[in-house]
Amino acid sequence: MRRIPLPALAVSSLVLVATALVFVFYVAPNDQTLGFSQRIFYFHVSIAFAAYACFVGGAWKALRHLWKRDPRADLESYVCIHQGLIFGAMVLLTGSIWAKISWGRWWVWSEDELVLFLVLYLFYCAYFMLRFSVDPGPQRANLSAVYALFGVVLIPVSFAAIRLAREFLHPRVFTLHGPNFGGWILVTYCISQAAMLVLAYTLYRLELGGKRLDARLRDLREVLA
Amino acid sequence: MTTSEKYVTGAYCVVFAVLLVYLLIMALKLQRLEREVDELAERVPDEDAEESPREPARVG
Repeated sequence: MRRIPLPALAVSSLVLVATALVFVFYVAPNDQTLGFSQRIFYFHVSIAFAAYACFVGGAWKALRHLWKRDPRADLESYVCIHQGLIFGAMVLLTGSIWAKISWGRWWVWSEDELVLFLVLYLFYCAYFMLRFSVDPGPQRANLSAVYALFGVVLIPVSFAAIRLAREFLHPRVFTLHGPNFGGWILVTYCISQAAMLVLAYTLYRLELGGKRLDARLRDLREVLA
Repeated sequence: MTTSEKYVTGAYCVVFAVLLVYLLIMALKLQRLEREVDELAERVPDEDAEESPREPARVG
């Protein structure tokens, strides 16, 4: 399969993010209940789904490593999870700001959906501790792959927690009958979601390229030594 | 600007700040890789220089 060139991806993400911002601030109407603050939703939810996609991608690559012994899969899984953590940090930060506006507090420990996302985030932080505590080689790749596969189980738990949230009523934007909104709000959300997914993929490809170059340089240095 | 507008702007600024820091780290890393490539290129013997016949030195 032919890959999309990185410059084309970068331009696409830039155009999509700019379009999403225009829609968020100039096209989407104010929410009747949450008012202006609802506009955080467009990036907060999109970034959260992009983070989940990165973690699922990391688990998929980990499975490929264990199953097909694909030599590139270990590095790809690692980069996916790294991207997931960057997007996860943005989810926590934007979510915390939204909580401050809506609930008057930066963080609420009794809220399952907040705490479970933090648990998911810390779980993947520990992935890096595990990975860098083992010497590079097949053992490290295998351990990291198994850990990444376990982590993916937490994603449906974290997603379900939003449905189970009761105390402060975390907004439920998706139900079994589809999204809980329509019109320009839905259009703006779709553009934001596309922007975040393309941005995540662009950053993934950029980091992967850098990491591969780094590995090749290391090999070259060893040959020349 | 209302409090709500300030927080929303802050949230979007945080997203772009995180992305900017990430891109800055990536740019620094690419700079380091470029430096390492240059170092390696200097260590590789220049084959053209070795193979090309020397120009006769002028005497007198």
